[in-house]
Amino acid sequence: MKADVAVIGAGPAGLAAAIAAKENGAKRVVVLDREAYKGGILPQCIHNGFGLHIFGEELTGPEYAARYIDMADNAGVTFMMETMVLSIDEHKVITAVGKDVGITTIEAKAIVLAMGCRERSSGALMLPGDRPAGVMSAGTAQRFVNMEGYMPGKDVVILGSGDIGLIMARRMTLEGANVKMVLELMPYSGGLTRNIVQCLDDFDIPLKLSHTVVKMHGKQRLTGVTIAKVDENLNPIESTSEFVSCDTLLLSVGLIPENELAMGLNIQMDSVTGGAVVDSDMQTSMDGVFACGNALQVHDLVDFVTEEASRAGKAAAQYKKIAKLFVNTIAGSGVRYVVPQKLVRDGIDKTLFFRATKVTRGWYTIARCRGKIIASRKRVMCAPGEMENLVIKDADISGGVTVTIEETKT
Amino acid sequence: MIYDAAIIGAGVIGSMIARELSMLDIRVCLIEAKDDVASGASRANSGIVHAGYDAKPGSFKAKFNVLGCAMMKQTTDELGVPFENCGSLVVAFNKQDELALAELKRRGDANGVPTQILTGAQAREIDPMLSEKITSALYAKSAGIVCPFSLTIAASENAIANGVKLYLNSEVTDIARKDGVYEIAAGERDISARIIVNAAGLYSDEISKMAGAEQFIIKPRKGEYIVFDKEMKARTNNVIFRAPTKLGKGVLLAPTVYRNMLAGPTAQNIEDKQDKATSPDGLKKVLNSVIEYVPSIERGKAITVFAGLRAKSPTHDFIIGASQSADNFVNVAGIESPGLSSAPAIAQHVKDLLVSLGLSDKKDPSATRKREPIEVFANATLERKKQMIASDKNYANIVCRCEYVTEAEIIESIRRGARTVDGVKFRAAAGTGRCHGGFCMPRVMDILARELSKDYSEIQKSGKGSRVLTGKTKEAL
Repeated sequence: MKADVAVIGAGPAGLAAAIAAKENGAKRVVVLDREAYKGGILPQCIHNGFGLHIFGEELTGPEYAARYIDMADNAGVTFMMETMVLSIDEHKVITAVGKDVGITTIEAKAIVLAMGCRERSSGALMLPGDRPAGVMSAGTAQRFVNMEGYMPGKDVVILGSGDIGLIMARRMTLEGANVKMVLELMPYSGGLTRNIVQCLDDFDIPLKLSHTVVKMHGKQRLTGVTIAKVDENLNPIESTSEFVSCDTLLLSVGLIPENELAMGLNIQMDSVTGGAVVDSDMQTSMDGVFACGNALQVHDLVDFVTEEASRAGKAAAQYKKIAKLFVNTIAGSGVRYVVPQKLVRDGIDKTLFFRATKVTRGWYTIARCRGKIIASRKRVMCAPGEMENLVIKDADISGGVTVTIEETKT
Repeated sequence: MIYDAAIIGAGVIGSMIARELSMLDIRVCLIEAKDDVASGASRANSGIVHAGYDAKPGSFKAKFNVLGCAMMKQTTDELGVPFENCGSLVVAFNKQDELALAELKRRGDANGVPTQILTGAQAREIDPMLSEKITSALYAKSAGIVCPFSLTIAASENAIANGVKLYLNSEVTDIARKDGVYEIAAGERDISARIIVNAAGLYSDEISKMAGAEQFIIKPRKGEYIVFDKEMKARTNNVIFRAPTKLGKGVLLAPTVYRNMLAGPTAQNIEDKQDKATSPDGLKKVLNSVIEYVPSIERGKAITVFAGLRAKSPTHDFIIGASQSADNFVNVAGIESPGLSSAPAIAQHVKDLLVSLGLSDKKDPSATRKREPIEVFANATLERKKQMIASDKNYANIVCRCEYVTEAEIIESIRRGARTVDGVKFRAAAGTGRCHGGFCMPRVMDILARELSKDYSEIQKSGKGSRVLTGKTKEAL
């Protein structure tokens, strides 16, 4: 099979990329996905709050997905569901396996990588203690509860204040579990403020900052966890350790972009984001291969995934092998990373996405070029859990662009 | 029915002995306390086939290790178990270490194991990731790696196919002898057998005592491990050991047959035979040790941690032999390292021993030494993948996304005896990858429930008391 644009993943990023590719003239747009249903992780996100930026409404995950699935169907996007990509070669030939197609290949002119992300596991954290049943990632629990209708446990402790953990604290409570506490290793939450208010505060679930699990207990099923406060170097303080009985430990300790396919192509990766290095067209280091969504950088809001993926889909549709003129973006003081990592000098204004390294209040986000401020914003609060952005004019770019978060606008 | 031989303990030793006995025209059973084979030390160890230079010359350990290492290739070929003859390096960082290497070399010579002393530069030539600080290394070409639980599962499958009866969930609580026949209270049943082989690992001291045989004490020695992602760039070609010090053999770093890297074990003497908890200190020690050998090891590439318990022998050697006080009772106890390497040789030795005790050595003409492995879709060529899908559509459904394990392989693992999420994991590798079951566990449970005609909520992680789910939503409201 041949495709003008092949999109890997039918989640929010893949859907938006496919629709944008169609809108921008790509004739045959094929989306491949491992699941039987479209929408990626959205169908299990039955809470609301999706689409505020794009639609000005608070949609549920399935509703948000449904809008884009309809748009994609109307645009004439071809879907290959229950089809998993095994590999992509340097000629952009995709090898995939699926129940309907067996093993098949797709020769694509351009490819959009939109595989999403996965959750960090207890093993990856090297969490000490026993390894009983009752320990799982918050997203796995979300699937059990929202898709299968089963409870992973009764007395729950959640480690990590990522958004999925916060959402699951509320969900588990509403479904009849006793959520005892949410522990966060860092002195600040990794999740959105609105989720802390709506999912913890409203249900009197304590959020213990600078706390972690130091031991899991239970030979067969979890019987409890030992928790402790951590010092400024994040080392547990033994004198503060206490036993909390529970039969379930949910982990919401970080998301990791899924990039086995990108790595198989030897695409240049960003060790901070875990995603590919891209330019402002969302093109990776390999010509004609684009990346977007949580496979590129872990987002907090699906609306931004959609916007980013639309840019990738458009660029994929318009892809021609041409020499581009780039400048680099640089994460300066107070900034963990900036995406895109490269800016194409093409006359189009650019939006830079970045994250803070720590919580600040009333500080400025600033973009500088050759020492000159080209964009800045005063922010009520910057936090690592909330993605920031700045828009810069292409005309102002005269070299590398450094983004900082500073106390005063100098 | 009276069995000619009952083997207590379905670890690698018990299963390999069962396999050897299954070649004979006799009635054999294999009794296991847990819900699956390979539930003790055989599930959680380094998976190393030692060359045999380390054991004290003249000991059982030396004898069986050298023999077992030489038999491993053929054994794993017959059983369809992954094995690689990758070689091992014992690395030295100073003069003291180098003296230890020289001593190991002497032992190797005495045990008939060829080894070679390399310079640091030569060692880095065959393993470029090794630290610049390594001054010398002892190279043993014959060492290798094997998957310990796969070997156990394969041996038990082979034994069962040849007619051995496996009793799971059958903890032995009493052994009596009447008219030359042992009566074994095992779980909810009584089993009669003329000969008992005690391969009960950590519990072999209790079994021996129960039968009125020799009294000895087996203490658990805990070893903690870290498994690293396949994508970690810091890989070694060989198994890397640290030169032994007064504190013991130290932590090793090894490639696994699944292309991960494995680091461990610690060595902590404990009392509780069920305490398999990892600890912050233990894991830190493992990590710091292997970073010394290979500085580019990345902590962030850890995918899981675990601990195993070795059955520490009070004599520092394997306890293998017919009891002097209980007739027709054979101890195969204290099988600590290099027990896995020795397993094929121990099994043969025990068979010969039982024959000398009067067991018939008449061959079963229908018995086979071959066992077909579950074919791994991910490892197949593109052409073969197409054939596999053409023969079974379930090969086209990839359930475990990290390791590309298909529904067909999971169904086959259940057909071969997997009853739990871990049972599937140890047979088909679903959930062994970097997300460690985050994606596939609900799907694996779904397949288990369907194939075993159970409700979703009944599915256990690893046997009794380990249900993954506690009920339906809103039940508790």
